[in-house]
Amino acid sequence: MALIKHGKLVDDIWHETDDFADVTTLGPVIVDLDTWRRHGAEILALGGRLGLRLKPGQTPDLIAADLHHFDLIALEFAKFTDGRAYSQARLLRERHGFTGELRASGDVLRDQLSFMLRCGFDSFSVATDHQAMAILEAVNEFAHWYQPALDRAATIPNLRRRARAASNDAASGCAATWAY
Amino acid sequence: MYRYDEFDHAFVAERVEQFRGQVARRVAGELSEDEFKPLRLMNGLYLQLHAYMLRVAIPYGTLSAKQMRKLAHIARTYDRGYGHFTTRQNIQYNWPKLGDVPAILDELADVEMHAIQTSGNCIRNTTADPLAGVAADEIDDPRVHAEIIRQWSTLHPEFSFLPRKFKIAVTGSPNDRAVTRGHDIGLRMHRDLQGKPGFEVMVGGGQGRTPIMAKTIRNFLPVDHLLSYLEAVLRVYNQLGRRDNIYKARIKILVQSEGAENFAEMVEAEWLKIRDNALDLPVEERDRIAAYFAPPQYENLSDACPELQAAMAAEPRFAAWVDSNVGDHKQSGYAIATISLKPHGGIPGDASADQMEAVATLAETFGFGELRVSYKQNLILPDVPKADLLALWRALDGLDLGTANAGRISDIIACPGLDYCNLANARSIPIAQRISERFTDLRREADIGEISLNISGCINACAHHHVANIGILGVNKNGAEFYQITLGGVANENAAVGAIIGPAFDEWRIANAVEDIVDTYLSQRRPDEAFIDTYQRVGPQPFKEKLYGPDQARQAG
Ligand code: HEM
Ligand code: SF4
Repeated sequence: MALIKHGKLVDDIWHETDDFADVTTLGPVIVDLDTWRRHGAEILALGGRLGLRLKPGQTPDLIAADLHHFDLIALEFAKFTDGRAYSQARLLRERHGFTGELRASGDVLRDQLSFMLRCGFDSFSVATDHQAMAILEAVNEFAHWYQPALDRAATIPNLRRRARAASNDAASGCAATWAY
Repeated sequence: MYRYDEFDHAFVAERVEQFRGQVARRVAGELSEDEFKPLRLMNGLYLQLHAYMLRVAIPYGTLSAKQMRKLAHIARTYDRGYGHFTTRQNIQYNWPKLGDVPAILDELADVEMHAIQTSGNCIRNTTADPLAGVAADEIDDPRVHAEIIRQWSTLHPEFSFLPRKFKIAVTGSPNDRAVTRGHDIGLRMHRDLQGKPGFEVMVGGGQGRTPIMAKTIRNFLPVDHLLSYLEAVLRVYNQLGRRDNIYKARIKILVQSEGAENFAEMVEAEWLKIRDNALDLPVEERDRIAAYFAPPQYENLSDACPELQAAMAAEPRFAAWVDSNVGDHKQSGYAIATISLKPHGGIPGDASADQMEAVATLAETFGFGELRVSYKQNLILPDVPKADLLALWRALDGLDLGTANAGRISDIIACPGLDYCNLANARSIPIAQRISERFTDLRREADIGEISLNISGCINACAHHHVANIGILGVNKNGAEFYQITLGGVANENAAVGAIIGPAFDEWRIANAVEDIVDTYLSQRRPDEAFIDTYQRVGPQPFKEKLYGPDQARQAG
């Protein structure tokens, strides 16, 4: 496996397990919702860094109250055609204010990367280094987009407004000169 | 008409480059067909029975003469000299080569067109009333909002991998010519008590094997909130729509299983949380887009047009054409002319490159260089001075485009069927041709009057047979092509799904069956009663008796 985080290939410090017995020994660990629900208090008592995995269909509302415990949330693209994780990601970021690492895993492919980035994912777990490099190429295929999203880039409607404001300024500047 | 600015141009150019890269990776074997498929679909490229098919969007059915010439050029250069206009305000090319597609998309981008999201499980080309902006009965111009939806839905980060395809239609008029209730979301404009425009929002329409008409989930949504409300609907659907079975994945199934009221509550709850998040366009941006749709410089013409009356009296074929193909314009002295792509015995919706070019020139000569593509698979010249109608008709007649049958029985909507489509059970095109050849007598067609007949080659219902007065569905019976008839469908503001009349007919008997249905109507109707009104009054029984004989009809119930 290879991991891309904030646009770079990095080592993955996280371990995944759904078995509570492993949690004590692994270091930073990502558990599933079930394990968290059954052993949450015990896991917290261990004091390590904690991540949570949500399956497609598990709405972020289920963990809204617990979010401050997690440094990472992993969302899964069971197939890249299953787009539920895009909504989960936006809800986590925009509705619930999650600021930790938001990781995409599963069927993560080059041609979906910009959608994922725009929905608030900032790390991507892919099969091979080669795939990871190919994915990174895709980031700059588009300069601007129409919709407001989590990349916080200026949208096309925003840029239009700026361009209009600039030309209005220019126009009023012109009028001022003319008045002389 | 909307014109691209630098941002729209750059966006479409980037999209073409991206697809060029994807095609190259497919050809080099870096992408499997499974991985390539959703990418090509989001760029309108299908694999059909014999070849690729490219579907190009004609957003809300409006195009310029220049764009039409480009469509002709593409048909001639990269295809076999023709294109097929569809009910969804798209044009389909049936024979492009994979390697040529990026070049075709470049050519389209030159005239501000694209094939983005004409396929795939995303928000498809938004359709609208083909008479937007010119119809006498209009409340507000739906194209402004359809263009806003086009931009918002283009490569939407959250809604590009939905459970299933998603179709939105908008009408600005109480007389619905866009079948809004037949769509995943239908938007119908109204005005509130203060006169401000807004939308009735209908959700969960669709046909296929489970035809359902959309339910109203909000009576009035002010136009300012359009995008945030759509975003709320899509978000609920993206999370809860079924993904385990493609036949249950459309939003209509979710609305049905949740119940429309419950679904509406979920949408409202989501919307309350996002309605103030800057999703909706600022007024200046809406005004900027609206300005492109300002009416053209009409001349001051009188509505009374003695030349027209005289020409109609002198030339009965012209008079018949005016009767069926010419509609009222909101500007006095102007008319709306439908160019029928349904010559008797022809392929519904097909136009040759030569015809497309000629029509482009007519749009410039007899209008402001603008054309429309309709739900009925016809073309429309929206702004013809009444005094020019005769000259227009003569030109059309010489191009085999002057058939006087708009809204008549030979104005058949047909899908490509087994001649092209790999999902088909049966052929649609030859059946449409055979039926329309039975009705070549214009006086007989005029006598039959307003009626709709649609033919789909399988239950996917691409030709909307469920909402046709006479619907014909191709079915497969032990390897043979058969045709099942539904009667009583309606595609306007009172949209309704038709009911199966009885056992299917084989390809040799289906045209006779249509004639039997028509004869039954003619014998049962009251003066000035349209087919659908007679059917609704007398019910299916007389039609059953005529088709299957009194005994069998009784058995069939
Ligand atoms: C030849 C290639 C085509 C293929 C493979 C194809 C495939 C399909 C499929 C599978 C559906 C059903 C989707 C569902 O119910 O979820 C569908 C629906 C539809 N298609 Fe096509 N189609 C083709 C051509 C066309 C053409 C030429 C038209 C227009 C004349 C068209 C218009 C439609 C419409 C309007 C629907 C929506 C029916 C509804 O309301 O559910 N399609 N198509
Ligand atoms: S209705 Fe069936 S046969 Fe006709 S185009 Fe659609 S999928 Fe093909």
